[in-house]
Amino acid sequence: MKIQADPPATPEGMYMNEQHHIISYGRLVATWLVLLTLTALTVAVTRLDLGSYKVWGALAIASLKAGVVIAVFMHMRYEGRLLRWLLFVTLLTLAIFIGFTFFDVLYR
Amino acid sequence: MSQIHHKDYAGAKLGMWLFLFTELLLFGGLFLLYAVYLARYPHEFAAAGKQLDVIFGTVNTVVLLTSSLLAAMSVSAIQRDERRSAVRLLSGTILCAALFMVIKYIEWSAKIGHGVYPGSAQLKGGPPGESVFFSLYYVTTGIHGLHVVIGSILLAWVALKVKRGTVHSGDFVFLENGALYWHLVDLIWIFIFPLYYLVL
Repeated sequence: MKIQADPPATPEGMYMNEQHHIISYGRLVATWLVLLTLTALTVAVTRLDLGSYKVWGALAIASLKAGVVIAVFMHMRYEGRLLRWLLFVTLLTLAIFIGFTFFDVLYR
Repeated sequence: MSQIHHKDYAGAKLGMWLFLFTELLLFGGLFLLYAVYLARYPHEFAAAGKQLDVIFGTVNTVVLLTSSLLAAMSVSAIQRDERRSAVRLLSGTILCAALFMVIKYIEWSAKIGHGVYPGSAQLKGGPPGESVFFSLYYVTTGIHGLHVVIGSILLAWVALKVKRGTVHSGDFVFLENGALYWHLVDLIWIFIFPLYYLVL
């Protein structure tokens, strides 16, 4: 994804929200275009006959899209350590309960 | 100023994120069910999944991504104290949400019209994997649709507060948290779309 510099905030903006990052419309639209491109890519990829790779490919693209939404639209890029760690712990919990269920389901 | 308002901005956002994490775990459970049953009934899931319309799914993905863009832009607008454009952008998000629900309505009524709904004679007569697929489809897209409705009501409330001036560039955490909720709705759909409409 192309990273472009945000225009400097207005003086009042700086004063009112010292610690808040303002994301420019340009960067948000660029992010949206990336998400649309990834959507087109996932539709195209899943039209091919890839067998079981299809699920993994689609999930990989979905995770990438989710990462972009969380990082830019949800401002996670500009958040502190606490929220990032909590996000990590949540995803880890999710991974553990999905992973451990499959240890049981697949080898029963 | 007669009153001093204490605003804990970081606390308000932390609370919202903690709530969103519980939402992720809720939908995570539904995706886990999907994964387990996909492993058990791969052929039935493939046959059932092909009955879903890729066009409807793709259009709704684009609609939700656009609604998310408008919600994110409204946060930037309020930070720059452009209240009018923040209201306009939020209205755009709500319009996209309505469009999403209309498409969902058309999709569901077509399916129900063909006798495909939980407990229908057609599904009861078919293979078990197929009725599991459609039960999960209705539960997952149903709970997601409920989130779309709640999210649009929430954003309409936020827009009203922006219009009245109680949410402004100095105090916009209500708008920011509303937008976060909206992005979560989009986030969940990002996974529903390939799993139900594409991979089977």
